[in-house]
Amino acid sequence: MAQVGAGCLILALATCVYGIGASLYGAATGRGQWVASGRRSVYALFLLAAAAFAVLEVAFLRSQFEFAIVASHSSTTTPPLYRAAAAWSSQEGSLLLWLFLLGLWSSLALFLTRRRLRDVVPYAQAVLLGFGAFFAALLVFAANPFETAALAPSEGVGLNPLLRYPAMMIHPPMLYSGYTLFAVPFAFAVGALVVRRVDAEWITATRRFGLAAWFFLGVGIILGARWSYAELGWGGYWAWDPVENASLLPWLTGTAFIHSVMIQEKRGMLKVWNASLVLTTGILAVLGTFLVRSGILDSIHAFGASTLGVPFVTLIALMIVGSLYLVVSRRDALRTEHRVDSLLSREAAFLGNNVVLVGLAFVVFWGTFFPLISEAVTGQKAAVGPPWFDRYTVPLALVLVLLTGIGPVIAWRRATWANARRAFALPAAAGVVTLIALLALGVGASVTSLIMVTLCAFAIAVALQELWRGTAARRAMSGEPAPLALVSLVRRNRRRYGGYLVHVGVAVLFIGVAASSAFQHAQDTRLQVGQSTRVGPYDVRYVRATSGIDVRAGDVERIRFGTVLEVTMDGRHVTTLGPDRSYYPSQAILAFGPVGRYFEGEATSDVGLKAGPLRDIWTAVQPDTSRLQPLIDKGDRLLERTASRLTPRQRSILLAQILGGLVSRYAQDPPPAQFRFLASPLVSWIWAGGLLVFAGGLIALWPAADAARRRARAGYAARVARELGRA
Amino acid sequence: MDPSRKRRIRLVVALTAAILLASALVYTSFSASSASVSPSGLLRSAGAGRTYQLTGKVVDGSIRRTGDRTDFRVRDRNGGASVAVRYTGEVPDPFRDGREVIVTVRKQGDGFVGERDSLVTKCPSKFSDKQQA
Repeated sequence: MAQVGAGCLILALATCVYGIGASLYGAATGRGQWVASGRRSVYALFLLAAAAFAVLEVAFLRSQFEFAIVASHSSTTTPPLYRAAAAWSSQEGSLLLWLFLLGLWSSLALFLTRRRLRDVVPYAQAVLLGFGAFFAALLVFAANPFETAALAPSEGVGLNPLLRYPAMMIHPPMLYSGYTLFAVPFAFAVGALVVRRVDAEWITATRRFGLAAWFFLGVGIILGARWSYAELGWGGYWAWDPVENASLLPWLTGTAFIHSVMIQEKRGMLKVWNASLVLTTGILAVLGTFLVRSGILDSIHAFGASTLGVPFVTLIALMIVGSLYLVVSRRDALRTEHRVDSLLSREAAFLGNNVVLVGLAFVVFWGTFFPLISEAVTGQKAAVGPPWFDRYTVPLALVLVLLTGIGPVIAWRRATWANARRAFALPAAAGVVTLIALLALGVGASVTSLIMVTLCAFAIAVALQELWRGTAARRAMSGEPAPLALVSLVRRNRRRYGGYLVHVGVAVLFIGVAASSAFQHAQDTRLQVGQSTRVGPYDVRYVRATSGIDVRAGDVERIRFGTVLEVTMDGRHVTTLGPDRSYYPSQAILAFGPVGRYFEGEATSDVGLKAGPLRDIWTAVQPDTSRLQPLIDKGDRLLERTASRLTPRQRSILLAQILGGLVSRYAQDPPPAQFRFLASPLVSWIWAGGLLVFAGGLIALWPAADAARRRARAGYAARVARELGRA
Repeated sequence: MDPSRKRRIRLVVALTAAILLASALVYTSFSASSASVSPSGLLRSAGAGRTYQLTGKVVDGSIRRTGDRTDFRVRDRNGGASVAVRYTGEVPDPFRDGREVIVTVRKQGDGFVGERDSLVTKCPSKFSDKQQA
């Protein structure tokens, strides 16, 4: 099957090259059939990438270890669902996923625009196929996922245990969907600039793709944050790591883009800005993909394959030079139709929001690439830490939240005093009341958090007020009951009201971030069974140790050492938590011995978490297993002595018995363990805010019923016209 | 005021503000950064009181745990020079012999003291060519 997969990739590369030629030839000669053939090449690319991806998935699910990447990233003891996800934990598999998703979204975009933008589409096709050719070429020449070994190993290395977490299974497909979806508006912007057709039509045609890209990338980022919080054993959700920043950069410029296009649609302004933003976003999406593979920056993720650096840098350089050339050479066509009349207008607020978002992107970009910049300037690599990022991102975030409140309701062109009073009186009052309530509650220690929560309350009040006013107006007109009126209101303008829900979600998320970073109680301590420690308002007592072994497919998948903790407040029971730590075997049996390898492989924290609407109690444990060493050595010697006498099956059973004995010995007489305790307020608000953002994004993305009806009517009219033409 | 003149003034004000902010950002990034060095670089030129971002690999068999303190040595990626690091607090899950680590350190006596919560261990399998045995 490996040859089938490899064959699909070679065909995909050939199809891309042909499609680029056909599209450009069709555009140059005006022959529609060549353009259509180019479009069909994109569909073919999708089918070929899907077939190749299916071959790889089957190999992972069936544990076909003759495939080199299956052997190095999966094992029979890896649970089936994680085996499916292991395909994209490898460099090669993740590039194939990129190609597959690019084919999927490009096909969808070109199918939907097959009768529109006839002059722009051929060039957009060529750009999309250019990306396809690049990734297909990488897969064929530099990172072949279908490499096979002549002698298949009997067992694979297994998926990195840290990645065995539900959110982590869908995190990469979400991120890559975001990256590849941004390729669509990028490609159409290039097409529009090439043919100098820079009105709002290319934006209208690809708006939904920009929104979908923003949505998927946002989902991916939140899932990554959740994984970090629940799985990595340090209790944080964001660390300004280069890899996190790489996904945040296109998301920030993409957020600016989906706002500023509204100005171009409504008033024909900001054309240069929009074209530059979407081109920058496309470049940043590829830069993000490159960054996580190049090893050029020090990150928590180790990336071995720096061989891909040169092709990626070439592609990025080409994209930058091409984008600059297009924007500069088309600057006459991109001239604005109107100017900002007043600073007190929606245009100005949106422009402000864009400047802040791009400012944030610049800060993140500078901080992320600072090691390279400093090496170029001073000759020494140096890095900036989270405090540096916070110094700039926090004030910018405050302004952003303020503009989130102002933007949706301030009048277009020029706001009057009466208009502003009507729009902002109640939300401003909500902000002031929140501020007073927070001060009364004694939450004044962190001024930044205080301002942030006040501004968030203002922004939420603006969105709720708009929903309320719209619903009331609809009720007055149609006489519908309130819930129905609200649903009809949202259905009639999904982008607008979905957007408001997104704003509420972002404000809720920021409240969570502000509170949890300013008012967190953290405690690292070593406890013996029976001992207690105080974390904020809570007393935590180490009640007893636990342990266990997990067997899968006849082999011990992992061993676990854990604890039972009792959490009380003022003597009252709050919850019982059971953080534990799982140990997976190292593959180096010869170096560590069959028993010892379980203590020398990967270990992951399963945190003990009591999540609440107001406060999370989070705990992780690092057991001390050094006392077990004599028993581990004894077990290894026993297995060595009996090796020749036992069948493999009997050996597995004996190993499981030895490990079982070891872990129960630990639970009976546990040594002190190292704990990390966190009591963080409002962390749940981050996830709740994320869910609201997703819900709002889905509402905005969902095709409007009216549009569907319009399309059906247009299709019917076209059919009738054809029939009449024939008659 | 003439609208085009007003627009020009606004543009100049906005650009000046942007340039000032960008300069502050650039200046602080150079002054607030910690130099990223290898163990051999640290041995050559470590000054007392300065913080460094040390990157390298954990020397096999060098990890000693005492209470919540972990002592270990970090060596160059491709070489033998190594420095001793004393770190207090929880170490990340993938922390092991031979793993690549990044830790913010400060010189103290003959060795180096790691800043709490600054130790990161590189995730070993994601996108790496070969898994470590």
